[in-house]
Amino acid sequence: MHPALSVILFTVASGAGYGSLALFGLLVACGWVTRAHAPGLTVLALGLGLVTAGLLSSTFHLGHPERAWRALSQWRSSWLSREGVAATASYVPALLFALSLALDGGASTTLFALATLVMALITVGCTAMIYRSLKPVHQWHNGFVLPVYLAFSAATGALWVNAALLFRGADARAAAVAGLLTLPILAALKLGYWRFIDTTASPSTAGSATGLGPLGRVRLFEAPHSGSNYLLREMGFIVARKHALKLRRIVLAIGLAAPFALSGLTLATGAAAPALALLAALLATFGALVERWLFFAEAKHSVTLYYGAERA
Amino acid sequence: MTSLPIPGRKQLGLVIDLDTCVGCHACAVACKEWNSGAISAPLTDHSPYGADPEGVWFNRVHAFEVGEGEEGRMAYFPKSCLHCAEPACVEVCPTGASYKRAEDGIVLVNPDTCIGCKLCSWACPYGAREFDEDDGVMKKCTLCVDRIYDEGLPEEERVPACVACCPSHARHFGDLGDPASEVSRLVAARGGFDLMPELGYAPVNKYLPPRAKRCSAAGSGSPQELAPVIDGANPLLRWIDRFLSR
Repeated sequence: MHPALSVILFTVASGAGYGSLALFGLLVACGWVTRAHAPGLTVLALGLGLVTAGLLSSTFHLGHPERAWRALSQWRSSWLSREGVAATASYVPALLFALSLALDGGASTTLFALATLVMALITVGCTAMIYRSLKPVHQWHNGFVLPVYLAFSAATGALWVNAALLFRGADARAAAVAGLLTLPILAALKLGYWRFIDTTASPSTAGSATGLGPLGRVRLFEAPHSGSNYLLREMGFIVARKHALKLRRIVLAIGLAAPFALSGLTLATGAAAPALALLAALLATFGALVERWLFFAEAKHSVTLYYGAERA
Repeated sequence: MTSLPIPGRKQLGLVIDLDTCVGCHACAVACKEWNSGAISAPLTDHSPYGADPEGVWFNRVHAFEVGEGEEGRMAYFPKSCLHCAEPACVEVCPTGASYKRAEDGIVLVNPDTCIGCKLCSWACPYGAREFDEDDGVMKKCTLCVDRIYDEGLPEEERVPACVACCPSHARHFGDLGDPASEVSRLVAARGGFDLMPELGYAPVNKYLPPRAKRCSAAGSGSPQELAPVIDGANPLLRWIDRFLSR
């Protein structure tokens, strides 16, 4: 599948944004971070900023961005529509959360923090389900996709919350611990995902795509057109296996292991902690961008079976 | 509404005969010609006279080799929207622009409400939908909905353009929801099949398999290799050979 920059930026930025909102909501509701309004509002502004930047980026993928509002209508059947509804709705608890923090940080804050947590999780879940539900793409239509999206959101969110709280001089130990807990889970899930796509294939073959399988091995003799077309550009994207392996190592080393070590250091160091936490968040976000690019580039659509692929 | 309608009795679609298709691309060209002036027009082309022409087509003819050696054969394979009974392309549409008609099962796109998110083309396993970069909306086979109901046309022409033009009678149009229809009986008689049935899209269009070969290439009675014209025994022929070889 073609890795469209607008979609990669959208899923990474909104994932980190909703992760920040969700994690901060959890920490506030449990009383593990301060309810002082200055650091809290910084975290919420960062989270909502990332979410908004991601949503705006997603509209660049559209042929008619001015009609984007129509995407809120089909929530009964479409995960993309559900995502749009959930993303729009989640601004309400997040803004009320910010307002209650600014006013008093009392009991209503706990309520809005939990509501923000729930809505952020639902929205990221909907994003993942857009891909999870597509049967023609074996590398997307599997049980790893939803947990990986949630874990990436939680881990990058934790690192950004850690950095924002430290820059505001607040006690961020709970956020750092959240990062240290989620990063290994994420690494395990991602390794499991890669193992899954390396060892399994779609049930569809050139034989089942043409129905000619019972007559013998089916291979393309002549493509229907001499030039390219939308299908080949959008769904025929191929990444070289050796590059994919290198990029996977980059995700694991730079996107997951380095932020893990840096987050550990933020617990032990004093004055350098904010800078280390920021670096951890930036590296993890970079890792998420590479991972999301691979998520598209390694995905093979069943339409490729009509263009010479024997398996997808 | 992108939720699917309660399935109607009528399921219009195509039956494509892979035995008689000769791969002439007439159906693809006739489709392009008709639809360039029909409800989904234009079917934008980019650089049509340049080095790398490309554009939006609703029907494309692939060619496959099947089997090996004496059992090997060519199969020409036209592919267009299959108007599935379980069209995920419709269900994933966030705006309701993509829809399946309850009255005849045709899957269409409303170009006025499509936002061009391309998700439907990802959800289609068959590659039936092509994005029009100029219009910014998704386009697809309409089963010539603007032909098949047009009472201004003579009755025999009220079929999709691809069916009307096929010179080898490899394309058939009709109601596959009616088990007594001509197309349904053809599917039953010839063992018509679905493409990628394992994905569960329940395509309405059916394909008919190539018929079994009546004889193998080896048993057709033709000589294994050509014998020389001059056998060397006839003196007259030997002389003619020498004369002509000079």
